[in-house]
Amino acid sequence: MYNFDFEKPSTIADAVAALATEDAQALGGGQTLLPTMKQRLASPSKIVSLSGISEMQGVCKGDDGSVCIGGATTHATVAASASEYPALAALASNIGDPAVRNRGTIGGSLANNDPAACYPSAALASGATIVTNARQIAADDYFQGMFTTALNEGEIITEVRFPVPEAANYQKFEQPASRFAMVGVFVAKYADGVRVAVTGASEEGVFRWTEAEAALSADFSAHALEGLSVSGEGMINDLHGSGEYRAHLVKVLTKRAVAAC
Amino acid sequence: MTNISMTVNGKTVSGEVEGRTLLVDFLRNDLRLTGTHVGCDTSQCGACTVHVDGVAVKSCTMLAAEADGADVATIEGQAGADGSLNTIQAAFQEHHGLQCGFCTPGMVMAAADLLKNNPKPTEAEIRHHLEGNICRCTGYHNIVKSIMAASGQDVSQLAAE
Ligand SMILES: Cc1cc2nc3c(=O)[nH]c(=O)nc-3n(C[C@H](O)[C@H](O)[C@H](O)COP(=O)(O)OP(=O)(O)OC[C@H]3O[C@@H](n4cnc5c(N)ncnc54)[C@H](O)[C@@H]3O)c2cc1C
Ligand code: FES
Ligand code: FES
Repeated sequence: MYNFDFEKPSTIADAVAALATEDAQALGGGQTLLPTMKQRLASPSKIVSLSGISEMQGVCKGDDGSVCIGGATTHATVAASASEYPALAALASNIGDPAVRNRGTIGGSLANNDPAACYPSAALASGATIVTNARQIAADDYFQGMFTTALNEGEIITEVRFPVPEAANYQKFEQPASRFAMVGVFVAKYADGVRVAVTGASEEGVFRWTEAEAALSADFSAHALEGLSVSGEGMINDLHGSGEYRAHLVKVLTKRAVAAC
Repeated sequence: MTNISMTVNGKTVSGEVEGRTLLVDFLRNDLRLTGTHVGCDTSQCGACTVHVDGVAVKSCTMLAAEADGADVATIEGQAGADGSLNTIQAAFQEHHGLQCGFCTPGMVMAAADLLKNNPKPTEAEIRHHLEGNICRCTGYHNIVKSIMAASGQDVSQLAAE
């Protein structure tokens, strides 16, 4: 890893100012960024740690009843504290392993937008709002393809707001070596309809399976998905599984998620 | 270079580090606490597991500067001052929970992290908790058994020696 200057500000304003330098990069839990830097795939000249910013920590309840999670909150804290949204807490409790969950953060996961990461499916299926130092971004506008998001250079995710559904469930088919999702499906049922988000499958990253949403909004049962099929076209095809296999998993996992709601 | 200080196994320590210095390198190279091992250096194997402010982390994937001011516990601090093994270490010895011993410091620190929050875990809970700790000798059955025994539970029904 190439050397860099290290800063650990204690306020969002100071972090934004520190990130204004060219080649500066934010550090969440470092569970993705540090391995990337060790491989010299990233070589920032300055690292700005977000772990000392107390206003970006923790889980609370918003005025509208939504669950609000600080951008630097670890997966372990979400697993332990997001009891208002059990499916989200369960998702967090199954990311990686305990040591990864003690460092990795929700902001880091959403900023990275790994095509096999868990949180993007929860954010998209919940119609979450990604709050940054500059603006609020709807999940539908935020995810823009594999490792690509609406974030600008130096923009920090300070909070993520999740409207709490009537029922929800996340089904993760683990890739056993990496423990990331080979395919993961998050189903969330709201008063105004059902949302289904799929991670791990598409070459475009997380996506909404709109046919399933329509079918489930009319009839919220695994049976309602019977007639639907998912195409292997545009699905990730790698040594862990073919595109067809992943497409098959999307439907199986969606049914399981609905059945578990 | 920046100056950092932290508590390691109850003692205050300080040193000069580069931004890129990893916590594991500070522990091993600067403090000469070489009980914490580096197996993979890619956050997969858990051999480098230590506790920072009471929770398990992979010290190969944390900057030393991030631990400035923290309370760190490593394998060296687990035994008593007279060298007597703690309950978990004694159980590993008793139940053959190690073969080459390379993964053992990480396994013991992961086990301590588990038992602190869950004093009587089931076998499934132990296995789930050890997902980030790899034993190259593949001695998992006896590692699980050792942790079960350390929690004071009956291990006579567990499979495999
Ligand atoms: C062994 C292992 C297993 C894993 N398994 C899973 C899994 O099953 N599911 C899963 O979803 N993930 C998994 N992960 C990834 C893990 O969840 C990471 O913690 C996460 O992807 C990145 O979060 P971080 O806080 O560590 O971010 P970092 O690594 O610190 O940063 C990642 C990127 O996000 C940027 N960033 C960080 N925080 C912010 C912020 N608040 N605002 C804007 N930008 C920010 C950084 O600049 C960097 O570009 C695994 C990781 C490991 C090492
Ligand atoms: S050396 Fe840190 S996880 Fe393997
Ligand atoms: S005892 Fe040899 S690696 Fe586990």
